[in-house]
Amino acid sequence: MTLTIDRVYKQFGRFPALAGVSLEARDGEFLTLLGPSGSGKTTLLRVLAGLDRPDHGCVFLDGQDFLALSARERRVGLVFQQYALFRHMTVAQNIAFGLDVRPRRTRPPRATIKQRVQELLALTQIEGLGGRYPAQLSGGQRQRVAVARALAVEPRLLLLDEPFGALDAKVRKELRDELRRIHDATGVTTILVTHDQEEAMALADRVVLMNAGRVEQIGAPWELDDAPASPFVFAFLGETNRLACEVRGGVARFEGFTAEVRQPAAADGRGTALFRPYDTRLDASANAEGLPVRVVDVRGRGGVRAVECQALSGQRFIAELPQSAADRLEVGQRARLTARRVMVDFADTEPVRPRAPERLAPRERRPISPSDPS
Amino acid sequence: MNAAAARRVDRPGPLVLVMVAVAWLLVVIGLPLATVVVQALAKGLGVFFGTFRQPDAVAAIRLTLLAAAIAVPLNAAFGLAAAWSIAKFEFRGKSLLITLIDLPLSMSPVISGLVWVLLLGARGWFGPVLAAAGVKVIFAVPGIVLATILVTVPLIARELIPLMIEQGTEEELAATTLGAGGWSVFFRVTLPNVRWALLHGVLLCNARAMGEFGAVSVLSGHIRGVTETLPLHIEALYNDYDFAGAFSAASLLAGLAIVTLIAKTALERAGAVNPSSRGFHAP
Repeated sequence: MTLTIDRVYKQFGRFPALAGVSLEARDGEFLTLLGPSGSGKTTLLRVLAGLDRPDHGCVFLDGQDFLALSARERRVGLVFQQYALFRHMTVAQNIAFGLDVRPRRTRPPRATIKQRVQELLALTQIEGLGGRYPAQLSGGQRQRVAVARALAVEPRLLLLDEPFGALDAKVRKELRDELRRIHDATGVTTILVTHDQEEAMALADRVVLMNAGRVEQIGAPWELDDAPASPFVFAFLGETNRLACEVRGGVARFEGFTAEVRQPAAADGRGTALFRPYDTRLDASANAEGLPVRVVDVRGRGGVRAVECQALSGQRFIAELPQSAADRLEVGQRARLTARRVMVDFADTEPVRPRAPERLAPRERRPISPSDPS
Repeated sequence: MNAAAARRVDRPGPLVLVMVAVAWLLVVIGLPLATVVVQALAKGLGVFFGTFRQPDAVAAIRLTLLAAAIAVPLNAAFGLAAAWSIAKFEFRGKSLLITLIDLPLSMSPVISGLVWVLLLGARGWFGPVLAAAGVKVIFAVPGIVLATILVTVPLIARELIPLMIEQGTEEELAATTLGAGGWSVFFRVTLPNVRWALLHGVLLCNARAMGEFGAVSVLSGHIRGVTETLPLHIEALYNDYDFAGAFSAASLLAGLAIVTLIAKTALERAGAVNPSSRGFHAP
């Protein structure tokens, strides 16, 4: 089932939730819609499920005009964030629902439905729970029931809205692998919405990175990593250090060092360089070149250490170093910082200012108020 | 769940509190109730049962049941429709509708009766039209039914609205994407999800419909054997100094109330045991 989304717009009041989204999902593909909250990914999912109508634009599934069909007619399996299981029905009744409500002439015989429920219970590995009520299940089990229920109608498209949001980390990882296995077993074209970049990258054949109602980039996870289409993509996909720079002749120049620019054929000009902790080096030897910094903190486990350091300006950076290199550094020690490869945001030409490196861990994120120049 | 959380009473302080509460309830509720029964049986079982064989009493019981039988299903249908639209849709005037539903609870039943007189009475807005059509509403059975409906409007809707709001619309949306049509969604998902609350509301509505005095009194005209409901009949008997008769009829009404209460408690028990009945998912 090839899904084609063509220039879809959707506005809520004066807020454009989707500002011209076009993309294509190939038959049997696993796509993830990734983006910050408010980027329009859930709205796009609801448009696909038939729960919202776009203001304009087209959606085709195998050449059929999908928008002409009601939610009821689309045969789309939708898994809700809070699962939305029917609380007064047993697990088996929940799974059978989509088959039970079919009009008599298309409804499979009772025995077939029963068998199908058993197959789905087995597929989602919750055999033996068929007689329970949703309230008697754990979060992970409910999630499995929701997936089984959506698959029961043999959907042409499986849509999942932040399906792991309400689960703890371990269960989440487990279910993620499970979902990928189920997808591979059924071959159903799947679209999953998430704000968790690690989840999106781990699951998808291709990731659709959305921002402010638009698609920023579509590509395989490694493509997004290797060739981010914009500074937004780069910053969203991982921990990012920032430092003002000037680009001349395709090379980013900083006080004390230069670095390779990721963008091919970057024009000359001022901007802010974005670079990953793993592209960041620290050298504590006497004759080292680079931005003078002081080590503030060393954290980490295994063979890798995250070294936090601070420049004279107060700006902070994270450098990810092998354990052997980090062992030579102590808190309070002076060192020189250099970056190997940087992405330059030419739209951001603010002078150097104190700023913590961006991190994706939720506890580190602060809401950005409009008055905040960052 | 509250019972499990509460501590057992074994210290003197709480024990005194419990005893005060029980004593208070015995005095203000138990004592009058006992009086009703004692007075009803004061002249023996013969007189007690004789009361219900009088044609006026039979007519009053019949009219009471009729009014309840019309008012309760109508209010159940209205309550469901109102709760459904309030809980599942956004529309202008929603808070006004919620306020309107509550209005009969906050105004005196006498007013609930009077509005119908002002609307449909001989000198009311629609009085001449009705008179010309030969339809008699005021001081007749239709008026009594109307008054009963107005007074009991909030009872079922108020049971359903908070529950339906809490349950949200996701289950309905899920049912729709699974291919269920509107009626199917309603009968298979929405209605089962609120069935205990609905029954609870129906019982409350029924109790009120059978016991309503004020509004019905205004519209009844007190024609014996014709427009008297059970509560009005009790008053009439009492005014006639037929205390045994009045208390016998009263004990019937009180009995109905107690049966309703027992049914309600049984329902709540069933609801608490069945994990699927109330709105909450266990953590």
